[in-house]
Amino acid sequence: MSVRLTVDVQRTFPGRPSIRIRLDERLAPGEVLVLFGPSGAGKTTALRALAGLDRPDGGAIRFDDETWFAAVAGVQVPPQRRRIGLLFQDLALFPHLSVEENVAYGLGRLAREERRARVAETARMLRVEDLLARRPGTLSGGERQRVALARALAPRPRLLLLDEPLSALDAPLRESLRGELGALLHRLGIPSIVVTHDRTEALALGSRIAVLAGGAVRQVGRVEEVFGAPADLEVARVVGTENVLPVRIAGREEGLVVVEAGTARLVAVDPGGLQGEAFACIRAEEVVLEDAPGGATSARNHLRGKVTLLVNEGPLVRVTLDCGFRLVALVTRSGARDLGLVPGREVAALVKAPAVRIVPRG
Amino acid sequence: MMDLQALRLSFTLAALTTVVLLVVGLPIASWLATSRWRWKPVVEAVVALPLVLPPTVLGFYLLVAMGPRSPVGQAWIAAFGRPLAFSFEGLLVASILYSLPFAVQPFTASLSSVDRRLVEASHTLGVSRLGTFLRVSLPLALPGIVAGAVLTFAHALGEFGVVLMVGGNIAGETRTLSIAIFDSVEQLDYATAGRTALFLLAVSFLVLVVTYTLRRRPVPG
Repeated sequence: MSVRLTVDVQRTFPGRPSIRIRLDERLAPGEVLVLFGPSGAGKTTALRALAGLDRPDGGAIRFDDETWFAAVAGVQVPPQRRRIGLLFQDLALFPHLSVEENVAYGLGRLAREERRARVAETARMLRVEDLLARRPGTLSGGERQRVALARALAPRPRLLLLDEPLSALDAPLRESLRGELGALLHRLGIPSIVVTHDRTEALALGSRIAVLAGGAVRQVGRVEEVFGAPADLEVARVVGTENVLPVRIAGREEGLVVVEAGTARLVAVDPGGLQGEAFACIRAEEVVLEDAPGGATSARNHLRGKVTLLVNEGPLVRVTLDCGFRLVALVTRSGARDLGLVPGREVAALVKAPAVRIVPRG
Repeated sequence: MMDLQALRLSFTLAALTTVVLLVVGLPIASWLATSRWRWKPVVEAVVALPLVLPPTVLGFYLLVAMGPRSPVGQAWIAAFGRPLAFSFEGLLVASILYSLPFAVQPFTASLSSVDRRLVEASHTLGVSRLGTFLRVSLPLALPGIVAGAVLTFAHALGEFGVVLMVGGNIAGETRTLSIAIFDSVEQLDYATAGRTALFLLAVSFLVLVVTYTLRRRPVPG
């Protein structure tokens, strides 16, 4: 059973551009919608309005046939009655309560036996059974994260909201938890909305993505669509100069991983632990273009493609190629001139294996 | 010999003042800590007024308000058959008002220091405002609340000016320890005044030591 979420949130701040976030999304169980954008884009405003923590200045929020907020009718359903789970950026665990009491906190309406069973079940799912007697202050970053998720999930929310879920963790831990969190969100069967400004996080967690910039939603779609074909220059600027290709892991050798992107094959440094579907990320400035295939080179990836589009960007030219998938290269104007790049011309694209980054797919 | 009757009266007055201010002051403090109402500074100023007002000014207005010719005074006489002014009950009302900032300000400070996101987390987990106050805000603000209550008690114990204005000096009804000291000095009984004064000094010092110890205690967790 998918849920339909209709959002139109308006907020004005003195001395700053106002924010108007509009979304109309149908979310399947386990589907993750990412609100992606730079700070100040309106992500947090949207999330807090969805949770019922802030009252927008105008608009309406509907969850299936329930009205959570309607400015005109003066409706504002308090957070207590929205039955959502919210994971705060800094987790906001209750410091004076044990892990067990934190997880059981939202279960006041259940009978004691049922509550105990629910805590045990949730703790097992998030692997915090051994931490139940501890206080949050004594836990590691990763443990705190799992406890906060357990606390949010125990009351079985209808919608899970996550605010920059991995930003509080240090880098190595973030790497290892990213894939884990993505898998968990899909397995839970609860639709989720993740707010993030981190591209890798968006790729790893999201199945759909809404790009926010300047207080408005600029593009909504499947993650690879939005990253692969930004709707306009502003979205392109927000999502970055990176090629994001949906790939399938085909094999491994000598610490390298071979992936299939459409009909082409790419070699990348193996990040380890990934199977099946993934994303390959290549920065446009890392793609080297050359005439017909020449002699030996150290670059592991040679792709043949046809130029489809050339866009001048100051001293650089953004070259879009069709290599069986869409690949964008950023080269100098003189380089483009020397190669005689025009739409329709066939070229070879070279990418070193370390320039291809494999990330988990949400 | 110290005036034991005055001692008992002072302690009763201070204890009742503290209890009432816990019941009345915590909701006010909770509102002050969270409200974004534009007229909040006015409410804050009213609460803080007894800090800067001369006790005689507050006492004077209270005396007029409680007097047999005022509506409050008349209603009191109609209900209980005796005047409110120069009675223990009148003294208690005065003491509560005079000690209000000593309770509300530390309560507000400690409730404000509770992380707002913990309160919001509790709301999203389905727990009501009152439930959140009792399960999250109150336990986390407890050291500050205890400190505020102790300060209130100490302040009410030694109050002089307002008591004199509203209560006068009736043994067993309105004569508190500080009035007893004044009395003793007037009768040139410096020995008794000295003993009572030393006693109040010791109690006040002890109370402050307790208060600062509580303030230093870190939040559990």
